[in-house]
Amino acid sequence: MTTERVVSVPGRRRLEIGRVGEAAERIDAVPKATGEFAYSSDLFAEGMLWGHTLRSPHAHARIVDVDVSEAVSLPGVHAVLTQDDVPGEKRYGLEFRDQPVLASGTVRYFGEPVAIVAADHPEQARRAAERIRVVYEPLEPVVDAERALEQEPLHPERPTSGHGYRDDPRSNVVRTIVIRHGDPERSGDVSVSGIYEVGMQDQAFLGPESGLAVPDGEGGIDIYVATQWLHVDRDQVVPCLGLEPEQVRIHLAGVGGAFGGREDLSMQIHGAMLALRTNRPVKMVYNRQESFVGHIHRHPARIWAEHRARHDGKLTCVRMRILLDGGAYASSSTAVTSNAASFACGPYAVENVLVESTSVYTNNPPCGAMRGFGAVQTCFASEAQMDRLAAALSIDPVELRLRNALAPGDELPTGQKIDGSLPVAEVIRRCAAIPVPEPEELPRGPLRLPGGAGNVTRGEGVTRGVGFAVGFKNIGYSEGFDDYTAARVRLFTDASGELVAEVHCAAAEVGQGVTNVLAQVARTELELENVMVAPHTTSTVDSAGSASASRMTWMASGAVRLACDAVKEELARRGGSLEAGDEIDAERIYRHPKTAPLDPETGQVTDERAHVAFACAAMRVVAEVDTELGLTRVAWIGTAQDVGKALNPQAVHGQIEGGTAQGLGLALMEEIQTSGGLITNASFTDYLIPTTLDMPPVDSVLVEEPEPEAPYGVKGVGEPPTVVSTAAIVSALRDATGRELTRVPVRPDDIVGL
Amino acid sequence: MKIGLTVNGERREADVWGGESLLYVLRERLGLPGSKNACEQGECGSCSVLYDGTLVCACLVLAGQAEGHEVTTVESFAHEGVLHPVQEAFARMGAVQCGFCTPGLIVATADLLARNPSPSDDEIREALSGNLCRCTGYAKIFDAVRLAAAG
Repeated sequence: MTTERVVSVPGRRRLEIGRVGEAAERIDAVPKATGEFAYSSDLFAEGMLWGHTLRSPHAHARIVDVDVSEAVSLPGVHAVLTQDDVPGEKRYGLEFRDQPVLASGTVRYFGEPVAIVAADHPEQARRAAERIRVVYEPLEPVVDAERALEQEPLHPERPTSGHGYRDDPRSNVVRTIVIRHGDPERSGDVSVSGIYEVGMQDQAFLGPESGLAVPDGEGGIDIYVATQWLHVDRDQVVPCLGLEPEQVRIHLAGVGGAFGGREDLSMQIHGAMLALRTNRPVKMVYNRQESFVGHIHRHPARIWAEHRARHDGKLTCVRMRILLDGGAYASSSTAVTSNAASFACGPYAVENVLVESTSVYTNNPPCGAMRGFGAVQTCFASEAQMDRLAAALSIDPVELRLRNALAPGDELPTGQKIDGSLPVAEVIRRCAAIPVPEPEELPRGPLRLPGGAGNVTRGEGVTRGVGFAVGFKNIGYSEGFDDYTAARVRLFTDASGELVAEVHCAAAEVGQGVTNVLAQVARTELELENVMVAPHTTSTVDSAGSASASRMTWMASGAVRLACDAVKEELARRGGSLEAGDEIDAERIYRHPKTAPLDPETGQVTDERAHVAFACAAMRVVAEVDTELGLTRVAWIGTAQDVGKALNPQAVHGQIEGGTAQGLGLALMEEIQTSGGLITNASFTDYLIPTTLDMPPVDSVLVEEPEPEAPYGVKGVGEPPTVVSTAAIVSALRDATGRELTRVPVRPDDIVGL
Repeated sequence: MKIGLTVNGERREADVWGGESLLYVLRERLGLPGSKNACEQGECGSCSVLYDGTLVCACLVLAGQAEGHEVTTVESFAHEGVLHPVQEAFARMGAVQCGFCTPGLIVATADLLARNPSPSDDEIREALSGNLCRCTGYAKIFDAVRLAAAG
């Protein structure tokens, strides 16, 4: 892999990369459009083998025996490995080491890796895996999150207990958090309550899990993989391989989308084990079915909510209980649990709060990070409650939200005072001001009817509804996590004597466009056109942290700016110019303001802040339903989002439109379905994601109110649209149908009332 | 078994296993990974190619079937450093994020515009409904198609 020249792609037109604030075309757009961009599944190495994973067909079973003798003797097969062959630690995990590299003794979910094979051809590897004889003794699966609290513990050693979390003696608890603020018994003039459910959503990134592991001939390994955090991958891989950190180098291969689903490891350890055993490069590529079981999902949730308010609409008390199904392993469930609790009340000022949020282990598919991270589930419930409250009080739903909107200076239910930017009222007003399109007349073409070409009526049963919702969430990692991003800038002269800067940062480019941000910041700070971005890797620069939590743009621009400052200072010391052959090389680490844990008993902040900063969005949706056929059509979406400062407006609008589409998917069609813990729809035939026929036009307005602590005032923009859009769409469906619609995805049966 | 086919105007031969798809042959045997492997069951359109001039999913064509046929992949769209107008429009309008769907969409859009140079918005939506994109929400893809159509 060679350093990619940013300012021009040889043989093509010059790219206008731009500086901070300019709508800059993506650096990688051209190679992606020509097919030359190398994704993790496109990699090739001379003499490489293909890896394949044998996975459990049971959600819960004891492994009685594993016999690989027949598989290993098949032609073309070079290695068949089981848990006995894991060279180091047998377990790994993103936050808690509770997940076996290969199943040992027990399988706890459908699709859990049991053995791995390397062969000359992927089909040989697949067939060899079929010939591994595994004798299972099926066990009763724990599949209901509520019953799990009383059933046999799946992890009797309680891997997540302690860590400053509340002690919860119930079985299978991953984490419980209680937020108690003010007087949770405070009454109101009116009270509304409801029970809400959110199905299990999948990230469904298009590029399947894949990568190439290449042994270095000296016992070490280079892993080229699609991931979100190179260094945390390395830190999990190293102990399992029994190697030293410098022997494992992780390099970012082209990433075909992530959305949280690549936070946890997939093929990294497996590929490396096969490569080290065979001393050959090994490529692993999951197919779509395997991808659906090969990564974590969004937590399904059950939420019980009660909102109390005065006659004038002011909230007096919110009480909520949240139960999240974490599936078989912890992944990032503890943080999702806390996030769900932190944002349970929505972006509203409320003095009296009682929230209990619990995640549990079950034998369902493991759940972890997905865009919105806990705030999606609670936004759906809390915004439905705000609509109910508006109806009960006969107050306009937008007006009700304005009357309760959080503002800087207000306190969150955790006791954290908002000292940065959070323009909730402004996004509500700006969104509400976007003109709503007039109803379309009937008759019209079938593509414009609910259900599209599947609707064989003339639209007799079509009704229209308008919905509104507001959502918010945190930017960055929370609760005392020591989060940082490193960046390194090299300044040197090229053959013609011109200054050139090369930026090293391990920030994962997952499609969001952070590579552009790195270049834009360096060009801005160094006032230099010639900026290159080096490959993203663990081997030349310290950690960038994760491309998660809407943090990467903020953190990476902070780090690159610091490194540029250091380079500029040194350049000035040298008289403002560099001799040929000289260079300046500076690596700097950026940290955001410190956060502190929440009190385990009260959920109150133990220092100034538990969250770094917040971002909000408001959304208005026009939807139509065919009340007889149960079919839906989202006709139009308008949104205003708090973005701090848009470093690249074109990319920001793209994040808003794409994030909105994922929320639309959860509202209308996306759910991993299971039966006894077994996934029954692991394909794009059965798990539907929005197509061109499902997505309406999205009118998006950027509200730019700089975040005082952030470089350039920037805020992350990826998650707020996903947080709010599910809630806003279902609000419109309620308006169109008059039904309560308390579960997403909303099914045709729910629309018709079956 | 050995198969011979014409790929991007060139006669190519490959030694394949009969159960392989045309997509596998293109990606792994002929060094043309531009067509993507997102679902491999004809649902996502990421492997869209022209097969004797017709838009198909390469994952649904068996290697053996391709014998003697003509295949056009995304790799043939740019000429000597000059992008195809559809590629240019996708790059300019922000229609590319992770980009995994992009090659398939480039081929499908070029096919649409060859048949219908001035498609309506509904015609664009219908024509591209077999190409899934998870990142963009499609808005900037529609912008790109309109720009390419406007020439």
